[in-house]
Amino acid sequence: MIQRTPYADAFTYFVMILGFILLIGPFLVIIAGATQTLQQINSVPFRFMPQGQFLENASAAWARADLARAIGNSFVMAGLITVGKVVLSAMTAFAIVYFRSPLRHFFFWAVFITLMLPLEVRVVPTYNVAADMFEPFRLLIAFVTGIEVSVEWNLLNSYAGLTLPLIATATGTFLYRQFFMTLPDELAEAARMDGSGPVRFFFEMLLPLSRTNMLALTTIMFVYGWNQYLWPLLMVTDPTYKTTMMSLSALVPSENATPDWNVTLAGTLIIMTPPLLVVALLQRWFVRGLVATEK
Amino acid sequence: MAEIDIRAARKSYGKNPTLHGIDLNFQSGEFVVILGPSGCGKSTLLRMIAGLEDITSGEIAIDGRVVNRLEPRERGCAMVFQNYALYPHMTVAGNMGYALKVAGVPKPERERRIAETAKIVGLSDYLERKPAALSGGQRQRVAMARAIIREPKVFLFDEPLSNLDAKLRVTMRAEIRKLHQRLSATSVFVTHDQVEAMTLADKLVVMNKGHVEQVGHPLDVYHRPASTFVASFIGAPAMNLFESRVEVETASAYLGGAPVRLPSSLAASLRGKDVTIGIRPEHTIVATKGPGVAAEVDFIEELGAGRVVHMLVEGEPFAATIGEDLNVAPGDRVSLDLPLEHLHVFNRETGRRIDPSDLPADAPAQHCAPLLTTP
Ligand SMILES: Nc1ncnc2c1ncn2[C@@H]1O[C@H](COP(=O)(O)OP(=O)(O)OP(=O)(O)O)[C@@H](O)[C@H]1O
Ligand SMILES: [Mg+2]
Repeated sequence: MIQRTPYADAFTYFVMILGFILLIGPFLVIIAGATQTLQQINSVPFRFMPQGQFLENASAAWARADLARAIGNSFVMAGLITVGKVVLSAMTAFAIVYFRSPLRHFFFWAVFITLMLPLEVRVVPTYNVAADMFEPFRLLIAFVTGIEVSVEWNLLNSYAGLTLPLIATATGTFLYRQFFMTLPDELAEAARMDGSGPVRFFFEMLLPLSRTNMLALTTIMFVYGWNQYLWPLLMVTDPTYKTTMMSLSALVPSENATPDWNVTLAGTLIIMTPPLLVVALLQRWFVRGLVATEK
Repeated sequence: MAEIDIRAARKSYGKNPTLHGIDLNFQSGEFVVILGPSGCGKSTLLRMIAGLEDITSGEIAIDGRVVNRLEPRERGCAMVFQNYALYPHMTVAGNMGYALKVAGVPKPERERRIAETAKIVGLSDYLERKPAALSGGQRQRVAMARAIIREPKVFLFDEPLSNLDAKLRVTMRAEIRKLHQRLSATSVFVTHDQVEAMTLADKLVVMNKGHVEQVGHPLDVYHRPASTFVASFIGAPAMNLFESRVEVETASAYLGGAPVRLPSSLAASLRGKDVTIGIRPEHTIVATKGPGVAAEVDFIEELGAGRVVHMLVEGEPFAATIGEDLNVAPGDRVSLDLPLEHLHVFNRETGRRIDPSDLPADAPAQHCAPLLTTP
């Protein structure tokens, strides 16, 4: 059992406050820096007091990194990834939990194994396929018939390329699977007796019941999509498809230019606002969906 | 209204046989209760009728149509589950109307039928509530209403009352019975509670380990149990059973060294055979002295209305119900009289009941006469 003594209490608070400072410290630096002038931010020591320069810095950052376009692209990318993941993982889990097929365990493990293969690990082959969608088929056809077919289709510089390879998700599938398994079998049986087929059951029973799950997943996946850096960097060469994470680098002052870190920090603040808002809005369901299952 | 015909139905889960060839026929409008101990396959049989479980072999026909390959919704059955299985995100009205909605019944008619059905089960004031905000009894009613509203040919109940407290169970039992009289759809009701079975059934099916032990009117089953299993399973306290050999000289069985006379028609043909003999506690007569089977009182159970005295006869338990007037205490020696008209005789090897009518007609007189005269 946990003993409550003054020393233990004091120690707990100490650790907690230390952790809090570690987490919140960088934010304070960003907020303070983003509101200072060029002179203020370059003065030593750094002052943690916010000043009044934010709007000027923000508009400078907005123009320099073409943030309007980048934020638009990031919203499209994060949004598509989120919707795709939420929908796809719900359907995958539905198939795994409710359909008695002999391949059920195979599919379950296939999904499970991808947990160990995040994008960074499989980035080269994934890029290969995205850059030349028909390569596998061409190789197959060439292998079987010996005929070289030349069809070209790639996903480079497109929203499809930015999102499709990221949509398959084991995490989401698991979240749904765990939830579906807590539902009593009789629920599905009662629905069957009432004449509902699988599609109806999915839309009229499972989806409404897993609403909190869905919102939790939305939160995680939106932040995940928004924070993608490596993949857009590979897929996008055309600046019209630039995302915010890529424009961050454009905000960093180059070696010989004026060290206007205040503008950089203002841009950073703008870029991290949307995921913060999403988390703040959905956090109530986020916690509920991950921790408890509604009965 | 539908007749249900079950022919040689078997069920195996993988290699484990669960039902070993069930043959049953339920008349249209009959209230059938399937009774049996836990794990005997009652639910499995019910779910096979419903279409929730595949039929490994054999046939089930509803209204003359073989339904083996039909989806549950095509069979015209409605089912009430033990844990109710209400849709937690829908209101009571939504739960009740769901089947109609799926069937494409237009909204005005749906609402009319929901209101009608709610009145039957007394839920009119709760239509807008979610199941989580209902008591156990009310949830049970919603589950019933959900079945009734479809006007099915067949009602299937899987232990619908076992989650209710004793008082509510009695009320709901009466309501189910009334409902059946009103709707007169064929009903199959699974339970392991024999009081429910006795009070509800037109036809009682007793199952054991995947076999049907006996089918009949509840009183018939009670008075003429077809096997030692049925004899000990039905009736509380359970029927006393003892093993004995029918003695050649006296045409009696023996219990605790004392002779127990058998009906002459039976005794004559059973001489020298090993049998199991049963008598219900309420038919056993206890006296403080006199001739009869010697027994020692072990303990006494007060039931309010009457008492059950548990005794030991040669170390084996033996129960009898006694009135208020008889004074016995643990340790007392008493004597038991087992009236021959209340004895049940079973074949010891097969456990099946032996009735005079089952015996070969030639059995009595010729054989026993000489035997009786030998000193
Ligand atoms: N899905 C299954 N897989 C394997 N065996 C099963 C399955 N369902 C039931 N059984 C077995 O079949 C037998 C009969 O089960 P069933 O549920 O019909 O019993 P029951 O008579 O309804 O018992 P209870 O009164 O406890 O509900 C049991 O021995 C059970 O272990
Ligand atoms: Mg059962």
